[in-house]
Amino acid sequence: MKKIFTRPKSLKLTPYHYCPGCGHSIAHRLICEVLDEMDLQDKAIGIPPPGCSVFAYYYFDVDMIESAHGRGAAVATGIKRAFPEAIVFTYQGDGDLAAIGTAETIHAANRGENITAIFINNAVYGMTGGQMAPTTMLTQKTTTTPYGRDAVLEGYPIKMSEIIALIKGAVYIERVAVNSPANIRKAKKAIQKAFQTQVDHLGFSLVEILSPCPTNWRMSALESWQWIDKEMVKEFPLGVIKDIRGAKDAD
Amino acid sequence: MTKMLMTGNAAIGEAAIRAGCQSYFGYPITPQNELAEYMAANLSRRKGCAFVQAESETAAINMVYGASVAGVRAMTSSSSPGISLKQEGISYMAACELPAVIVNMSRGGPGLGSIVAAQSDYFQATRGGGHGDYRTIVLGPSSVQEAANLTYKAFDLADKYKIPVIILGDGMLGQMMEPVEFDRQAPDEIPVRSDALRGAKGRPSRYVKTFTSNPAELEEINWSLFRRYELIKKEEVLCESFLVEDAELVVTAFGIAARIAKGAIKTARKEGMKVGLLRPITLWPFPTEAVQELAKRVKYFLVFEMNMGQMLEDIKLSLEGKGESFFYGRPGGVIPTPSEVLKVISRIYHQKGLK
Repeated sequence: MKKIFTRPKSLKLTPYHYCPGCGHSIAHRLICEVLDEMDLQDKAIGIPPPGCSVFAYYYFDVDMIESAHGRGAAVATGIKRAFPEAIVFTYQGDGDLAAIGTAETIHAANRGENITAIFINNAVYGMTGGQMAPTTMLTQKTTTTPYGRDAVLEGYPIKMSEIIALIKGAVYIERVAVNSPANIRKAKKAIQKAFQTQVDHLGFSLVEILSPCPTNWRMSALESWQWIDKEMVKEFPLGVIKDIRGAKDAD
Repeated sequence: MTKMLMTGNAAIGEAAIRAGCQSYFGYPITPQNELAEYMAANLSRRKGCAFVQAESETAAINMVYGASVAGVRAMTSSSSPGISLKQEGISYMAACELPAVIVNMSRGGPGLGSIVAAQSDYFQATRGGGHGDYRTIVLGPSSVQEAANLTYKAFDLADKYKIPVIILGDGMLGQMMEPVEFDRQAPDEIPVRSDALRGAKGRPSRYVKTFTSNPAELEEINWSLFRRYELIKKEEVLCESFLVEDAELVVTAFGIAARIAKGAIKTARKEGMKVGLLRPITLWPFPTEAVQELAKRVKYFLVFEMNMGQMLEDIKLSLEGKGESFFYGRPGGVIPTPSEVLKVISRIYHQKGLK
């Protein structure tokens, strides 16, 4: 009998600790499938952040080093400069990449560091219990915006991918979501393109993944998947934001 | 060997390259810019080496963290306010047991302070500096030649004990020029540390982390670090004694202040006062035993620092109530003269009726 579906080699046989309906487990698996398919498992060095995905190293069967909050792009820079043969990727949330680590992210992109950032946008700080993130939607209730995010007081959801796309050293930026089979397939293609960008020595690549957080959104898994389509994509439209190779959208 | 006339900053840069430093990450701040500039000119284009002017001190130390985990000799340098920003990364490196060399050409504080030499970062350097229960080895050179020699040593110690090593200089040491000789040649091939992360080729994948949700596991990590610190305290203490054999009064000072004190002591000797100098070279581990050995015979200790009395606490802890300690210090970047220190020496000497 032919095996047509299996656990990726790059993914350890460890049960996930993530909440039911969380997008991290899907994102982890997609990255591992891509690393397998591109034969990068033994070249990859991953950099997980503080947060729910701090335990990424329990799941990824690749070399990994935990970063301080927001410093992923700087740590990645150090690794890649010291050992350019490595395939280096960061795995960062919205608070990490778009708040405390804004400077590190923008400047790594601006130096054209040949690294890949996987940017999980779930519009909240997850592990700390659902506080407002820089990407929290207007009117969205979080533990620190109990009356709903008000632009006058709390500003606007930040579009990091669009900001980074303005930077010359950033060569491939795409926003995807992991809330439907079709979107998950597109997300995988985007991750594959991002790693290919690095393999081809082209510069900084980033894939933003809109990812459900049912626990902190106070929704069922299904509602959270629907909320991405109904609300999040209005603020964070899906698709290729920048690709210097001129490639079209993943489908 | 040729003697070269160099600033302390440049000498540390040259010594680092000769010690096999392959990566430097920094951010401009006075009075250490010559070091980053030296590395830009002399390291950045070397084969297999990396130089990045980072977007911040925080980014720079995290680049060091990355380069170190990838197995190369890595360093950064800064001055006091920038070193405060680096504490995050130093704490992580201490936790991950990663070697690195961090140079602090310290300046007056607190706050933005001044750009002039001061020694007010002694507490920060010798007590860990960032969050968590950890130590770093701290070396305090007092001449350009010693700055170069201690730079080799810093890289060797960092690798030997898998620990961040701080070279605590000051703005004067960084910017003054002195003749210096280098007795090492830059290596052609530098072996990669065996515990480096370089991709899981031919071995199981590895991870380097600091976080654990299990207090018992973290406690054991703390114990394991502590045991290494105890070993360092036993093996690596360095200090210089100068004219202490018959001394009635011993001045203790580190770094550039010790140079000033030496000048004062030489004059005091000419005037017949039996004064000596104890100069800690490793500020952590502190030469406690050397102080205690002296205290068996010497009653009076004058601690002289360019701050408000920080190493003073280590002297008092070492004396354990024995002897009598005095303090003279000038904070804020004021550089005392030898004659000023001489006045303090002779006042104590005569008040205590020493002959």
